[in-house]
Amino acid sequence: MQYQLEGSQAIAKAVALCRPKVICAYPITPQTHIVEGVGEIIRSGELLNCEFVIVESEMAALSVAIGAQAAGVRSYTATSSQGLLYMIEAVYNASGLELPIIMTLGNRAIGSPINIWNDHSDAMSVRDSGWIILFAETNQEALDLHIQAFKIAESVGLPVMVCVDGFILTHAYEPVDIPSQEEVDEFLPLYNPATSLDIHKPLAIGTMVSPEYFMEVRYLAHKKQMDSLKIIQCVRDEFRRKFGRDSGGLLREYMTEDAETIIVTLGSVAGTIKDVVDDLNLQEKKIGVISIVSYRPFPIDALKDSLKKAKRVIVLEKSLAVGIGGILFQEIELVMKDTDAEVFSIIAGLGGRNITKFMLQEYLSRKSCKKITFLGLKEEIITKEYEFANFCGREGEV
Amino acid sequence: MFQVRIHGRGGQGVVTAAEMLSIAAFLENKRAQAFPSFGSERMGAPVTAFCRISDKEIRLREPILEPDAVIIQDRTVIESSDAFRGIGDNGFILINSSFEIQSNIKNIKIRHIDATGIAMEHIGRPIPNSVLLGSFAALSGIIKIDSVIEAIKAKFSGSIAEKNISAAQVAYKETLKVVI
Amino acid sequence: MSNPTLGNRLSKDDITIQSSSNRNNSLTCGHRACQGCGEALGARCAIDAAHHATGGKIIIVNATGCLEVFSCSFPESAWNVPWFHSLFGNAPAVASGVAAALRITGKEDIRVIAQGGDGATCDIGMGCLSGMFERNDDVLYICYDNQAYMNTGVQRSGATPPLARTATTVPHKNYLGNDPQIGKNISQIAIAHEIPYVATASIGNIQDIEKKIAKAIHIRGSKYLHIHVPCPLGWGFPTSETIRIAKLAIQCGLFPLFEAQYGKLYGSIPIDDPIPVEDYLKPQKRFAHLFGKNATPDAVSVLQEVANSNIVKYGLNGGDI
Repeated sequence: MQYQLEGSQAIAKAVALCRPKVICAYPITPQTHIVEGVGEIIRSGELLNCEFVIVESEMAALSVAIGAQAAGVRSYTATSSQGLLYMIEAVYNASGLELPIIMTLGNRAIGSPINIWNDHSDAMSVRDSGWIILFAETNQEALDLHIQAFKIAESVGLPVMVCVDGFILTHAYEPVDIPSQEEVDEFLPLYNPATSLDIHKPLAIGTMVSPEYFMEVRYLAHKKQMDSLKIIQCVRDEFRRKFGRDSGGLLREYMTEDAETIIVTLGSVAGTIKDVVDDLNLQEKKIGVISIVSYRPFPIDALKDSLKKAKRVIVLEKSLAVGIGGILFQEIELVMKDTDAEVFSIIAGLGGRNITKFMLQEYLSRKSCKKITFLGLKEEIITKEYEFANFCGREGEV
Repeated sequence: MFQVRIHGRGGQGVVTAAEMLSIAAFLENKRAQAFPSFGSERMGAPVTAFCRISDKEIRLREPILEPDAVIIQDRTVIESSDAFRGIGDNGFILINSSFEIQSNIKNIKIRHIDATGIAMEHIGRPIPNSVLLGSFAALSGIIKIDSVIEAIKAKFSGSIAEKNISAAQVAYKETLKVVI
Repeated sequence: MSNPTLGNRLSKDDITIQSSSNRNNSLTCGHRACQGCGEALGARCAIDAAHHATGGKIIIVNATGCLEVFSCSFPESAWNVPWFHSLFGNAPAVASGVAAALRITGKEDIRVIAQGGDGATCDIGMGCLSGMFERNDDVLYICYDNQAYMNTGVQRSGATPPLARTATTVPHKNYLGNDPQIGKNISQIAIAHEIPYVATASIGNIQDIEKKIAKAIHIRGSKYLHIHVPCPLGWGFPTSETIRIAKLAIQCGLFPLFEAQYGKLYGSIPIDDPIPVEDYLKPQKRFAHLFGKNATPDAVSVLQEVANSNIVKYGLNGGDI
């Protein structure tokens, strides 16, 4: 049924429909409305048979989920930004232990300087943690990806992080179709883990692994991630058959068929880019868009295939690896390494800086582009900062 | 696509107004998107919220830079928030004010309504958002007053919903009188 | 009438589970702890007691530390019970998660134990421990206190006693070892949370450990048991002396054995004729600098004061608490 709902509420509904048994929460902007939402669903009795554990830190939030999942029940938590960094040791632990926990990440910048607004620095900080990382473009997809995430996680035996742009999606009211409990129950069977903490079959979980075995363990972890590319696609197909909606999968292509230029991106900004591309294609510009849904595992073959005819690839990302540049950009360069296509990097929207149609149109109308562009960078602020720094240096004291 | 920007202060229901507007449009089978000017505004600080209404899917995620209508819940934010910025030709501005406010922008209609006064009378609290939406329904023709009433019911319940509804209806009728 | 000197004449209450050939050996032989390890002994004793009291219905969550490292080197494990290790600082929260899962699936007859060393408990995991207490989650937390970070090579922890030598508090000319003014009393912090049960125990008194475990394991809500486990390597005493050192700590008053319920102390094990703290300190190399040629009687008196104060505070002289 269609509803006009806030993104966070839609996610909360989706999570509740998946019948988790333990939900743990510690508040951080912009994730708060999600955990308030699931809390309300539990307290009101809409979701029965679920423990809502309010903890003292993000470290505890994910740790409670780890304990619950190890004891054999479906568990869920959510965080953002600094919260993700605060729990990062547990993030690696959950994937290393192959616990299929689901976590929503309301994407937000990382400080210092402290900033509560949206970018993807938080997700990028755990891109190599062994979690499956999915990015939603709309609130509908955020809802759908959560339902798919439980299925993927439990099929593969890995935790899944669903990335949802903070504020831009989490706080936006949009129409969303919410499936019925019966439909979700048919799609997502009850969780029945092969191994868990069981008094009848005492197992030691989380043992120390020496150099004799560690390489193999890591190899298998990598293999498992790469194998899950197929499962992510299967779950997308099954979801489409069941709910009649195309959500999830590895990546989404838009107007890429004859495109000479393809913009590759992550998350909700794809919507704005598509509007720009529609306008430009009316002028025969031949521009397409790819938004990556499965950021980890990274769909390298699917991208190679989708980008094979492109002459120019522009990677627009809301993150920056200080000291080298774009992060997704490096990965797309790897995808394009045997082609003649030129790859350009746009760093945009850091710390919630608006990404507007006008900015994108202006970029795409440029005769030539630098390899890396900081979109909407205010040169005057930078000049001023240098002047100030030089001034301080000269005077010897401030 | 019809774009509305709402200005006011934290605690006046600015974000709720945008959300209710989007629900009203949704109830009329339109596509709608509402979102706040993301921030950590405390009570009393200037707040902006946005609502887009369209017949097609809305993909655009930028803030509303060229609104077709601006609703101002608190006239004291007009200058500091640059509230008239970007308003398109034939756009209109609806201001919560007991007196007329002038602007030198061409082709712009400015209307005022004493939303706080009506809110105090009917709701008993100076929350002007429902009143302004009632007035907006009459002025814009974009949404029906019945949809505004349903949207209020979606956001509030019990006597608070009833009071907000009667306040919105009063504003709708008063605005219509002048429009006709 | 039978000969009173024949057979085992201990009363039933005084016969330990540890002395029984039927003990579970929850932490079984073959693990890699040092000779004379107090923690290994304490853990086997405590978990066997819990196993006995619940008919084997226990799940253990272990913090990173000596106990974790020596008991489970892949592909082996010395645990005969369901056992889970996540991280150093999160064992109480993980245990909360296990307890939540058991509660929601109606398996509350299965009891959850979280355990860790003093570093995991007093320092890095204290936030999670306090959270677990504050929510009164149904977990028994056991701290095996050997008073320093033994796993990493004997560095100071928040539970290191005054004036002790550790790798990060090496005595020098103007420095007498761990500063007497710092450190924390985690049992008192547990009591301040007003949880249903807090107790201290020692491997110098196995009967007492078993009694306290048997009592704690069936109480609903958060329980805390602090067990004193001397470490031959870190403290510097012969590996045959572990139990004796533990007993001396009790007898001098430096390690009081007490119980508290809902924030109130209600019982302690009195010590007849407290021995001077020197008797406990002297056999340990970590206190050797207090007795050498640059010995300072003032320094020892600092520790004697602690013992004296414990004797009064916890009623170890038979007085009121």
